Amino acid sequence: MSADLVVVGAGVVGAACAYFATSAGLRVTVVERGGIAAGTSSAGEGNLLVSDKEPGPELDLALLSLRAWREDLGDHGGLWEYEQKGGLVVASSPEGAAALRSLAAAQRACGVEVAEVADPVDYEPNLAPGLAAGAHYPQDAQVQPMLAAAHLLRLARERGAEIRLRTEVTGFLRDGDQVTGVRTAHADISAGAVLNAAGTWAGEVAALAEVTVPVLPRRGFVLVTQPMPVGTIRHKVYAAEYVGNVASGDAELQTSPVVEGTRSGTILIGATRERVGFDRTVSPEALRRLAGQAAALFPVLRSVRVMRSYLGFRPYCPDHLPVIGPDPRAPGLWHACGHEGAGVGLSAGTGLLLAQALTGAPAALDLAPFAPARFEAAA
Amino acid sequence: MTPEPHDVAVVGAGPAGLGAAAEAAGAGLDVVLIDAGQRPGGQYWRHAEGGRGQHWKAYEGLSRRLGQVRRIPGTQVWLITRDQEGFTLRLTGHDPVTARAVILCPGGYDRQLPIPGWDLPGVMAAGGVQALLKEHGTAPGRRAVVAGTGPFLLPVAVALARAGVAVAAVAEANPVTGWLRDPFGALAAPSKSVEAVRYAAAMTARRVLYRTRTVITEIVGDGRAEAVRLRRADGTQEEIAADLVALGWGFTPSLELPIMLGAETRLDEDGSLVAVVDGSQRSTADGVYIAGEATGVGGAALALAEGRLAALTLAGSGKTARLRRAVRRGRRFAAAMRRACPVPAEWTAWLTESTVVCRCEEVPYGELRRACHDLGADDARAVKMLARPGMGWCQGRMCGFATAAIAARLNGRVATADDLRAFAARVPAFPVALEDLAEN
Ligand SMILES: Cc1cc2nc3c(=O)[nH]c(=O)nc-3n(C[C@H](O)[C@H](O)[C@H](O)COP(=O)(O)OP(=O)(O)OC[C@H]3O[C@@H](n4cnc5c(N)ncnc54)[C@H](O)[C@@H]3O)c2cc1C
Ligand SMILES: Cc1cc2nc3c(=O)[nH]c(=O)nc-3n(C[C@H](O)[C@H](O)[C@H](O)COP(=O)(O)OP(=O)(O)OC[C@H]3O[C@@H](n4cnc5c(N)ncnc54)[C@H](O)[C@@H]3O)c2cc1C
Repeated sequence: MSADLVVVGAGVVGAACAYFATSAGLRVTVVERGGIAAGTSSAGEGNLLVSDKEPGPELDLALLSLRAWREDLGDHGGLWEYEQKGGLVVASSPEGAAALRSLAAAQRACGVEVAEVADPVDYEPNLAPGLAAGAHYPQDAQVQPMLAAAHLLRLARERGAEIRLRTEVTGFLRDGDQVTGVRTAHADISAGAVLNAAGTWAGEVAALAEVTVPVLPRRGFVLVTQPMPVGTIRHKVYAAEYVGNVASGDAELQTSPVVEGTRSGTILIGATRERVGFDRTVSPEALRRLAGQAAALFPVLRSVRVMRSYLGFRPYCPDHLPVIGPDPRAPGLWHACGHEGAGVGLSAGTGLLLAQALTGAPAALDLAPFAPARFEAAA
Repeated sequence: MTPEPHDVAVVGAGPAGLGAAAEAAGAGLDVVLIDAGQRPGGQYWRHAEGGRGQHWKAYEGLSRRLGQVRRIPGTQVWLITRDQEGFTLRLTGHDPVTARAVILCPGGYDRQLPIPGWDLPGVMAAGGVQALLKEHGTAPGRRAVVAGTGPFLLPVAVALARAGVAVAAVAEANPVTGWLRDPFGALAAPSKSVEAVRYAAAMTARRVLYRTRTVITEIVGDGRAEAVRLRRADGTQEEIAADLVALGWGFTPSLELPIMLGAETRLDEDGSLVAVVDGSQRSTADGVYIAGEATGVGGAALALAEGRLAALTLAGSGKTARLRRAVRRGRRFAAAMRRACPVPAEWTAWLTESTVVCRCEEVPYGELRRACHDLGADDARAVKMLARPGMGWCQGRMCGFATAAIAARLNGRVATADDLRAFAARVPAFPVALEDLAEN
C-alpha cells in the first residue's frame, strides 16, 4: 500500500485537503478513525466569515478561503448548501459603534467588503429597535459542514482518492527522521507525505511522530430552534462584542451568539466559548446566556422553542492561528489543524495552499505565520 | 433563600414512578414526584378525568400512599444537572426543583417502523390508539387491523372491539410460543387480588381473527388508509380492508434524562437501547436510580416492582430480598418475551425509495440510501447528519430506531448501541421556549 499523500482525519479540513490534492494530481489516501466528519466538523456551524476577523494572517486566509469556496468550489456549492447571505454586525452602544467602525475601516484596507449601516433594522426587520449602528459584510457566507466534508471526500474519491473509515492511525513509519507513512490498526500505509488533519486531536497525532503541536479543545454550545418562516432572519447577525470573544484567550465562558437561519428553517444560535477540556456535561449557564442574548437581539424569538442543543470542541492554538505546512522537525509530516472556530470557513483556503505547497506550485499566501514549529521558537 | 433539596425527585408517574414515590414516602423520605401528564398513571393507568382504568385497585392503593409526596403534574423535566448538593431539575412552566437523589421512571414510547403507507391518515401507533380509547373512549375508525408484534397488540385489539370497532385481524409477525395464554407473565397483575385479563379469551369471544407469522408489508389507500397487505410465512399474501390500522412494534425507552446524567446504556434483546442498572436499580451514575420501561420493556407489574425496589434501595431498607427476587424473575420473563417477539429482520426490504422515514423532516428512504452509498455514511450518526432524519420536532423519537436499523442494513450489518445512541440523547429533553431557557 502506498500513496503520495496520506491524510489523517476526515473532517472538513482533511476533506478539503484531499480534494485539492487529488485535483492537483496526487494519489491520496484518507484515514479516519471514526466515520465521515466524526469530529468537530459535525459539532459546529457552517459560517464562512470575514467579518469577525481582525487584520492579520487569519483574515488573509479567510479572504483566500472565501474566494476558494466561491470560485474553485463554486460549481459544487449546491451540494453543501452554499449561500452567500452576508453578515450583519450590530452595536448596541455608542462605544460599540465606534469600535465597530474602526474595525471595519481596518478590514476594508485588507480587502474586506463592508458597508456601514445606520439603522440595522433596514437589513433585518426583526431586529430589536434602537441599536446604535451596524456593519454589513456581503462576503460572509455559509455551508452545511457535514455535507461539505462528505461531498469533498466523494469528489476526491472520484479523482482517485481512497477513503478508509474506522481506521485509526497508531504510529508513523520512519526512515531516520523522515516520516514515510502511517501505521494503522489494520495495515501500514507508506506515503511520500503524511498530513495531520486530526483537528482537536492533532496534538496526539503529532505526538506519535514525537513533535509537539499545541492544539487544545475550546468548548462551544449551539442552540437550534423549531423551523421558522423563510426570511425571519436573513443574514448572519451578531453583536460587535463577538469579535473580542473570538480573539480572547480567556478560559472563562464567553458568549455573543451568531444568529442565523438555515435551509431547513431552523435558527442556529451559537456559540459559546470556554476552555474546560473535553467536558461533555451540559452547562445551563451557557444555554441561558445564548438564549438571553439571542432573544435580546431578536425579540420575535422569545417564544420560539429550542428543539435541541449540541456541543463541540474547537481545535485552538495559543495564538489562535491554525497550523499549516511542512514540519521541519519530522520531514515528510505536514499539518493542517488548529483552525479553532473557523475551520469550516478556512478549510478551502487551507486545502488550496497545501496542494500548492505539496506540488511545488506558487503559493497564494505565505505560510510562515502558520508554521508548525513556531511555538518552539517562542518558548 | 433556596429551599432545602428534597431527599429524592421521582420523574414519571407511571407504574414505576408511583411505586417509587409511594415506597420512598413510606420510608420517611421527602419526595417530589414530577410527571408530564395532568393525571398520574403513566401509560398503563392512563385514564379520563374521573374515569377508571385496568387494575384500578392497585392504582388507588398507590395513590393513597402519596399523601406526603409533593406532586408536580403537567410539567416536563427538560434538563437535569448535577451540582454540589445533588441534582437540579429544570421544569417547563415551573420553578426548578432540587434533590439529593433522583429516580428516573420516564417509560417509553411506541416504536414505529416506516413501512410503505405508514404515513397515511388512519394509521396509528398501537399505544396512540390505546391512549385515545382510554382518554376519550372513542376510536378514529370503524374497521381496524392491528399489526406488528408482541403482547401489547392484544390489549389494543380487545379495547378496540370493546369500543365497538370491528377488528378485522390481528397480524402477529412472530410465531407464538405459548405466551398468548399469559402474555404478561406471573407478574401481570400489579395487584394479586386482581385477575389478569384473559386477552386470548376475550378475543375469541369477539371473534377476532388472530394470525401469527403474518407481517404487514404495506398500507394502501387514496389519501387515507383503505386496506393493508399481509404476508404469511409461507409467502401467501392477502389484502384486508381497514380504515384504522394500529401498528405495534414494541417500545423505545426514553433515555434522554439518564443519558443527560451520564448513565450508561446498552442494547437489549429487542434491539432497543436501555439504561444499565444493577439488581437494585442503581444506574452507573452516582445517585441516579432508574426503573420501569427505561431499563427494558417488561410491562406494568415489573415497572412497578422496579420502582419500589429503587426507592427501598435508596432508603437503605434491609427488606428488599423478596422484591429483588421478584424483579429478577420478572426481568427473565420479559427478556424471554423480547426474544420471542423481534421486529421481522426483513422489514427494511419493504421500503421503497419514496417511503418517508422521518416525518418531521420529510426524509424519504432514498435519501438515507444515498447518504450511505454515495456519501460514505457508515453509521446512524452520519446518516442523521447528512440526510436529516431525526432532526425535526420529535428529535428522532419516531424514526430513530428505524433509521438506526436502516443505516446499519445499508452497511451490511445490524444496528449497534452506538447507532441507537445517535437518536437517544436530547438536550433539552423537550422543546423549551427561548425565553424560558434564558431565565432557567
Ligand atoms: C460550537 C462550534 C461552532 C463552530 N462554528 C463554526 C463556524 O460557524 N464556522 C467555521 O468555520 N467553523 C466553526 N467551528 C469550528 C469548526 O467546526 C472546526 O474548526 C472544524 O470542524 C475543524 O475541522 P477539522 O477537519 O480540522 O477537525 P475534525 O472535524 O475534528 O476532524 C478531525 C478528524 O480526525 C480524526 N482523527 C483524530 N485522531 C485520529 C487518528 N489517530 N487516526 C485517524 N483519525 C483521527 C477525528 O476522528 C476527526 O474526524 C465551530 C466549532 C464549534 C465547536
Ligand atoms: C397499548 C399498550 C397496552 C399495554 N398493555 C399492557 C398490559 O395489558 N399489561 C401490562 O403489564 N402492560 C401493558 N402495557 C405496558 C405498560 O403500559 C408499561 O409497561 C408501563 O406503563 C411502564 O411503566 P413506566 O412507569 O415504566 O412508564 P410509563 O407508564 O410510560 O410512565 C412514564 C411517565 O413518565 C413521564 N415522563 C417521561 N419523561 C418525562 C419528563 N422528562 N418529564 C416529566 N415526565 C416525564 C411520562 O409522561 C409518563 O407519564 C401496555 C402498553 C401499551 C402502550
